[in-house]
Amino acid sequence: MLKDAAAIAGIAETPFAKKLDGSEKSLALDAILAALADAGIAPGEVDGLASYTLETTDEVEIAKNIGAGDVTFFSQVGYGGGAGPACVGQLAMAVATGQCRVGVAWRSRKRGSGGRPWAGGTPEASVPANWSRPWGLLRPVDEIAMLTRRYLHEVGGDRNHLANVALAVRKMANANPRALMHAKTLTRDEYLNARWISEPLCLYDNCLETDAALACVVVSAERARDCRHRPAYLHAFAQGLSRQSHTMVNYWSDDPLRGPASSCADQLFRASDIRARDIRVAQIYDAFTPLVLFSLEGYGFCGRGEGAAFSENGALELGGRLPINTSGGGLSEAYVHGFNLINEGVRQIRGDSVNQVADAESCLVTGGEGVPTSAMLLRR
Amino acid sequence: MSVTDGPLLPSIIDENRPFWEGARRGELRVQRCRETGRLIFPPRLRSPWAPKPGVEPEWVAVSGRGTLWSFVVPHPPLLPYYAQRAPYNVIVVALDEDPTIRMVGNLVAAEGSGIDSVDPATIEIGAAVRVVFERVDDEIHLPRWLLA
Repeated sequence: MLKDAAAIAGIAETPFAKKLDGSEKSLALDAILAALADAGIAPGEVDGLASYTLETTDEVEIAKNIGAGDVTFFSQVGYGGGAGPACVGQLAMAVATGQCRVGVAWRSRKRGSGGRPWAGGTPEASVPANWSRPWGLLRPVDEIAMLTRRYLHEVGGDRNHLANVALAVRKMANANPRALMHAKTLTRDEYLNARWISEPLCLYDNCLETDAALACVVVSAERARDCRHRPAYLHAFAQGLSRQSHTMVNYWSDDPLRGPASSCADQLFRASDIRARDIRVAQIYDAFTPLVLFSLEGYGFCGRGEGAAFSENGALELGGRLPINTSGGGLSEAYVHGFNLINEGVRQIRGDSVNQVADAESCLVTGGEGVPTSAMLLRR
Repeated sequence: MSVTDGPLLPSIIDENRPFWEGARRGELRVQRCRETGRLIFPPRLRSPWAPKPGVEPEWVAVSGRGTLWSFVVPHPPLLPYYAQRAPYNVIVVALDEDPTIRMVGNLVAAEGSGIDSVDPATIEIGAAVRVVFERVDDEIHLPRWLLA
């Protein structure tokens, strides 16, 4: 088990914007070099690389541009937003087992100024697409809206529960100058009167469209203690692809509302001394508001069917039971397949978040629910 | 599947061909595990309930009756064919033979009606539905669903 053998020693990101100049490669290089500077580690020491399969910048290009040394570990993780914590966790395993010494994970994406994946080119002839697209279930939001309608029906929830998520993370963003929604407040009335995207999901249930790149640096616990910041130890890490589940359209399993988060959580907490009840702050993947409710259940912050009720009474806001996405998350800071959740988790551990949770001894960071996913527990 | 101004159509491959052959005959088909008898959908090349090398599940016809499990009402931005029909409905139907076997479809007001022919405000989870087929071209007959 990892149990704090490795740590995140450096983090960085480019500005977040609807449109940035420069290529995805150029942005990735800037984020990676800044993360190494944040750690105080020379780029020539980099010998481990991990990224998303969706990443357009490959290891060879990154390594030769940053002047990396001989790279002895490199891996990519699939399934979009499910991949973030897995990139970091796989680097941590590689560091802990001696496969590399300085690992860099990154994600660079011009989704703000680039196209919408569902609208361009020929859709993949994958199994789920063949059984959903022809009937007009076109976009990720349509796929998750289907699960959301069923979820609200089963648990007796309504749109106010989704609003609880949207409003909580917007308040976080309003305190965060980096956030795209820093200056834009959101009221419950505005939420309830927003235009539909795919009923029952409205505009504010959807993440932002952002240009950005982010990176973090993973080294051994011993090395991290010599770096510039307080280490964010990788206490535990897990991946989860639950039995017979389908990516995004989990309508065909016995229990469609038990997503990959549940299997990921089982493994995460098997490998952890920290329990869900000990966790005071979490960065929960929020491409869509309902994913947070599903994840609250999946990671055991409440029982099955209780995620909607858990969100009531400001539970997800500062001062509540579990403040989430303290930089504004994918809904209100930036949407970069969840990498900003990783960096914000590190800030909570360092103690320098703009929405610092006082007793943040640990922080859960999750990948996306509804796809093969991953999660990690950072600790001081 | 290919993108045109028309609807997105399924790619027919060996793995799913019997489904579309059935649809052309007005028959809703799913797979069945040869060993356990458990129904399977979407199709697999091996039964997950009793996987054996070289043994594919068999195809069987089901009644085409089910229950509306969930639904969405998409609004633009959408691909042109769908944007022209929005807001329309997309439903998931749980089959009577095994409610864990579910299919994505559309609720229509009558055989041959469009995917925007039902007022979304009238759609309810739990409604009984039955399948009909709409001929799109010689190869593809898409299942749609009527209130039963």
